[in-house]
Amino acid sequence: MRRERPGLDPLSATLLGAGYLLLLIGFYYAMKAPPDVDQGYLVRILYVHVAAAWTGYLAFIVAGIYALLYLIKGHPAYDRLSAASAEIGLWLSLLMVIGGMMWARPTWGVYWVWEPRLTSVAVMIAIYVGYFLVRQAIEDPEMRAKAAAAVAILGVINIPITYMSVYWWRSIHQTATIDVINRKTHMPPEMLIPLLVNLFAFTVLYAAFLRLKGRIAAFEARWEEHHG
Amino acid sequence: MKLKYWLGLLIVVGAIGYMIWGGLGNSLVYFITPSEYFQDQAKYAGKRVRLGGLVKQGTVQYDPKTLELRFVLTDGVAEVPVFHKGTPPALFKEGQGVVVEGRFEGAVFHGDNLLIKHSETYQPPKEGYTPEDVRRLIEEAK
Repeated sequence: MRRERPGLDPLSATLLGAGYLLLLIGFYYAMKAPPDVDQGYLVRILYVHVAAAWTGYLAFIVAGIYALLYLIKGHPAYDRLSAASAEIGLWLSLLMVIGGMMWARPTWGVYWVWEPRLTSVAVMIAIYVGYFLVRQAIEDPEMRAKAAAAVAILGVINIPITYMSVYWWRSIHQTATIDVINRKTHMPPEMLIPLLVNLFAFTVLYAAFLRLKGRIAAFEARWEEHHG
Repeated sequence: MKLKYWLGLLIVVGAIGYMIWGGLGNSLVYFITPSEYFQDQAKYAGKRVRLGGLVKQGTVQYDPKTLELRFVLTDGVAEVPVFHKGTPPALFKEGQGVVVEGRFEGAVFHGDNLLIKHSETYQPPKEGYTPEDVRRLIEEAK
């Protein structure tokens, strides 16, 4: 095990600083972005909503990859990183849902509706709430890590289902504006650039928090080893 | 005491199961089109359905005093006259995609829930986009 001193290491500090700076730039661009012809300024919720959704998916996929690495290599660091990524993903998903509800009420007419996209997102969030309940319920560290890894890997199956739900089934939720399936973008550059800047900011902040949380968990594990 | 976490887990797993087998089963076909309704009328007779389509141009009648909204819902092939009591959502306009929840009473569909299905395309208003222009656009839409 590396013998590092607890505290903010240079890489974490750089990522955090860059992430917050990018978030400020993204906020400035979002506030400069034009309103939509139908929705007016409501469309600006998209800059947070889509960025949180994408980085949330990313965080859950990374949690699944670290879970797989843990099962293959058995090093506890992979388990710690998997849990850290899942937790960030859960917070990002909650941000996505809260923003989405604030957007849905004035546009669709309701805060929530049990249509395919929203239902699959609810399933996704329930899976990762379950993930942390599994971690709390099992005391033996190795059993806990293995059970959690299984949930994290199974949870990834739901990510493409959630993403594709608007294409596979009839829904109220619109399909993706940056449509990677049909390779089209349904927005002008003056809206697309703010979205991409925010997406980048969220991704850098995700990486920063993943590293920070992974390090904190490692120090905790080391402390427990020494002090019981 | 780990029991409470196992209980919580049981509730979460139950909720996921319910959403997948109970909820998702109903919501996979979230709405039917008027054509589909008329093709399979016997199946939907007397039942609550969600009808999806476009608001036909030139058919919207809204009385702000009684809050009675009437319009024709179309999928390009079949048309359904809709009656809904309540203020229409801000984005409601002719040609807009909507989903109406309710049931048929005679030939008229009585909706008690009116949802807007907007597209994934966003664009600024054509002639510049000063806040004043947008405010005017929004006022006009109402």
